[in-house]
Amino acid sequence: MKEIVKQDVQTIIDRYATKNVYLHLETTNGAYASHFDQSFFSASAYIRNASVTYKQGKIQGQGPYRVGLELEIGWIYAEGLTHYVINENDEFILMGLNYEGKIAVTLQLSEQPFQHN
Amino acid sequence: MYDERHVLVIFPHPDDEAYGVSGTIAGQIAKGTPVTYACLTLGEMGRNVGNPPIATRESLREIRKRELFEAAESMGLEDLRMLGYRDKTLEFLDDGVLKQLVLNLIDELNPSVVISFYPEHGVHPDHDATSAAVRDALAEIDSTKRPRFWGIAITKDDPEIEYSVKPFINQKISTIKAHDSQFGTMFREYEKRYLAGEQEVSERLENERFHVYSFDDE
Ligand SMILES: [Zn+2]
Repeated sequence: MKEIVKQDVQTIIDRYATKNVYLHLETTNGAYASHFDQSFFSASAYIRNASVTYKQGKIQGQGPYRVGLELEIGWIYAEGLTHYVINENDEFILMGLNYEGKIAVTLQLSEQPFQHN
Repeated sequence: MYDERHVLVIFPHPDDEAYGVSGTIAGQIAKGTPVTYACLTLGEMGRNVGNPPIATRESLREIRKRELFEAAESMGLEDLRMLGYRDKTLEFLDDGVLKQLVLNLIDELNPSVVISFYPEHGVHPDHDATSAAVRDALAEIDSTKRPRFWGIAITKDDPEIEYSVKPFINQKISTIKAHDSQFGTMFREYEKRYLAGEQEVSERLENERFHVYSFDDE
């Protein structure tokens, strides 16, 4: 995993376009956020192994970055992305690590389903 | 440390045992008590990936599994069960699934005490789903045969049970260190304070505390 190089990530986004891919998308502020700070409104969302095909997509920003993927009849996007890797299982992983180095957001694409249990 | 027939520990995440129960587990094992640790998920939705980052959302699962094996080894624990549910989904499981799992474990192991989180005081939804399942399972067992239920509470003071695990502090520290991806940075600092003899830190680490859950029919 390394810090995002914008052009490299754009090339990978282009490579997955028009293919049927599996999506993992999550945002998280941690289950303890409201416990540590009563005034913090805890919110997150998570989807794993959604099957999607996007027409085209873009990475934007100067870092942290935003990625948007245009579907035939909708959109996928994430912001706050900082790191990426294509791992040994050929899964494309974009992550956003916050100032403490903790996961705040992930957007992942793979031609095979992500591990599930 | 109490005399037990069999200790059953049930937690949702691979590191839940470290600070609150690992001294008890190591101590009971040293006494020859059979101990089973059932861990419901592999904590694959954790937010700590090391600093600098060494894990991703996908590799965290294997990393934490390895850490859990290492923790078990540190405590001398042989009966480690990884139940394979997914982190942060326990509260959404179909009704009764976890309760039945707990009943099956109790049936098989006949423990004298079950240790988990204390119901409704675990903060994390997985903690509360786990303790609710333990409570509901135990409530179904006849009060004359029911194992005792000890809970770790995050939001409740004055535990009824508190004892020293100081003789097993080395095992406890290795257990905490085993969960490096989760505690690494934080614990390195904490351990320094412990070794420097800070009163508050040794008080926390060398003692373990439990709230006793009492059922309506007791
Ligand atoms: Zn936990």
